[in-house]
Amino acid sequence: MRLDHRMARATALAAAVALALAACGGDGDGGDGDAGDGGGDVEVFTWWAAGSEKAGLDALVGVFGEQNPDFTFVNGAVAGGAGSAAKDLLQTRLQAQDPPDTFQAHAGAELQDYIDAAQIEDVSDLYDEFGLTDVFPADLVDRLRSDDGAIYSIPSNIHRANLVWANPTVLEDNGIDPETAYADLDAWMADLDKLKAAGITPLSVATTWTQVHLLETVLLASLGPDAYQGLWDGSTDWEGAEVTTALEDFEKLMSYTNTDRDGLDWPEATQLVIDGGAAFNVMGDWAVAAFEEQDKALNTDFTVFPVPGSDGVFDFLADSFTIPVGAPNPDGAKAWLETVGSLEGQVAFNKAKGSIPARTDADPAEFSEYQQTAIDSFATDTIVSSLAHGAAAPIATLNAISDATSKFTTGASDLAAFQSELAAAAMG
Amino acid sequence: MLKTLRRAGPALLLLAPSLILVGVFVYGLIVANFQTSVTDNHTAAQATGREPSVVVWFRNYTDLLASEAFQHSLANLVLYTAVFLVGTMVMGFLWAWMLDKPIRGEGIFRSVYLFPMAVSFVASGVVWRWLLNSNQGEQASGLNRLFQIVGLDFLQNNWWNNVTFGITAIAIPAIWQLSGYVMALFLAGFRGIPEELREAARIDGASEWKLYRHVLFPQLSPIALSALIIIGHMSLKAFDLIMSISKPANYQTKVPAVDMYVFKSSFDYANSAAVGAILLIIVAVIIVPYLVNLHRQEKR
Repeated sequence: MRLDHRMARATALAAAVALALAACGGDGDGGDGDAGDGGGDVEVFTWWAAGSEKAGLDALVGVFGEQNPDFTFVNGAVAGGAGSAAKDLLQTRLQAQDPPDTFQAHAGAELQDYIDAAQIEDVSDLYDEFGLTDVFPADLVDRLRSDDGAIYSIPSNIHRANLVWANPTVLEDNGIDPETAYADLDAWMADLDKLKAAGITPLSVATTWTQVHLLETVLLASLGPDAYQGLWDGSTDWEGAEVTTALEDFEKLMSYTNTDRDGLDWPEATQLVIDGGAAFNVMGDWAVAAFEEQDKALNTDFTVFPVPGSDGVFDFLADSFTIPVGAPNPDGAKAWLETVGSLEGQVAFNKAKGSIPARTDADPAEFSEYQQTAIDSFATDTIVSSLAHGAAAPIATLNAISDATSKFTTGASDLAAFQSELAAAAMG
Repeated sequence: MLKTLRRAGPALLLLAPSLILVGVFVYGLIVANFQTSVTDNHTAAQATGREPSVVVWFRNYTDLLASEAFQHSLANLVLYTAVFLVGTMVMGFLWAWMLDKPIRGEGIFRSVYLFPMAVSFVASGVVWRWLLNSNQGEQASGLNRLFQIVGLDFLQNNWWNNVTFGITAIAIPAIWQLSGYVMALFLAGFRGIPEELREAARIDGASEWKLYRHVLFPQLSPIALSALIIIGHMSLKAFDLIMSISKPANYQTKVPAVDMYVFKSSFDYANSAAVGAILLIIVAVIIVPYLVNLHRQEKR
């Protein structure tokens, strides 16, 4: 009996000790980056885990290996939820002082949260060191600059948001010339009316974020680039009459859209245009991959043009890379950023991903037909920041605008309430 | 004193790991959640401690409860819970009542009704998103298309895209999934009632209704209570089904759990924690009396 007691006590003690040891041993990893001069592992945290994004990352890694043979690339990609799973995990790691060496983030205002939290380093100096100031368009560098005048990331690729994708067959069948160039939203809506009368869905859209995407392009088309950009720095009044007009256009455009929109995501909305179920879709230029995957040819099976009224404006969003504060291997992170900003890196990455380089010195001939037109526009157009994709406003503002937009498009608020909710959202 | 320690010591020591784990990771985190919810920790800078956050006591709660958006979420939660509860209880009871009759192939029906529970909410949500497509007329698909085919066009509706009652459409798949579980509970209850009681009642001349009213229902009431608690707390935590049918930003299907997620994604930890605390309080209001009651019964 007495022996039993002792045994029991010993076992329990052993269990408790094992548990305590296990609890203490948790933080072993993370501190192992040997940040010696020019060497070691470089953990690159992204949400590029599949498809063309993965192909792009692989191409970039290839260039990185050539340029920096001493460093070893470690893939920290996290799949799921268009980056939301990755962002959640990243925030946890940053708060636990266990940052990756570099992480992917949308360039522009979305970085503000990281900047406020002192989680990422100012990389303005690297722009001079790598000679990026001269090869990026001046507009772009302005848009990348944070309120404090510093730049916190280096863009790897550029996407354009203000594009309309169209199915020329559907247009011809309904007596509309697919080559029509619409001067403004009103001209476009005249044709949308025709399609609606013919029983075709004139404009396809998907769930809330794509509606915000549509809203942003309508604001841009209706207000013009300067006033649109002013929405984000406070110089344009959200309660003003111009914004009311733009919102009326948005309301009208939403009346042309499919009723099952809130259950769809962008590929399904774009698919409606590909299949001929809808005539137009407003979506960023990543949609070109959806057409190309299904062997559709530009200008025969589909056409693309800037949202009417926003011709000559390039509504940009970009992925970019940062250096987190306390990165285990800052030299490695710097080397990665140099590759990201380099001509070879940008060309290799964007050829695979389907976006365009942020640099203006890339040879357009290396890219696909659509990319060539985008490269042209990027070099000559006015560049403004996208709202729906984090370039124009911090996440909290975007969430508030999304809420207001969803409320409005489901019919729970009227235009006046919508406008004042947007104004409140932009105030922060 | 020493004697008690010697007797209880080993037991306590053995229990200690799980007590510590539960204490830290359940109750400790609940306390941490309440602590966060009474601060003004609304930005990323405050979350990392770079900017100070101060205690504002219950202002987050009062602000939330006063905001129209959160009231809409709460209203949605109440609607969803009501429809989900009534639906599963009625369906579950009916099925159990029918299967309790000696019928052929009972085993098959039992499995058929119980199987939906084995499907995860996320997986069934994907299917139901298609079934509950809100297109009508020419572009209709899913259930609306089915209504057209069988000539019940007037039944077509926009399902979960209705601003006020949309959330109840999401209760339909939830009812489909959980009714079988409630049926299993009730069936066990029916089977637990000795046949002699029914016979005795019949001999005493009770009608079929009186038999149910005075003999069977009273014996089923503890089962019904358990079912209500289980379904009720699942309903309050509803998140995955809503997320996979709708999207977090869709106004018509917002519930507090979705708000919590959205707040968290914009680094508004204080509000996120406050929503979590409100949900916990609502669940506690339902569960605690039940547990107290259970404890009392066990003691007896």
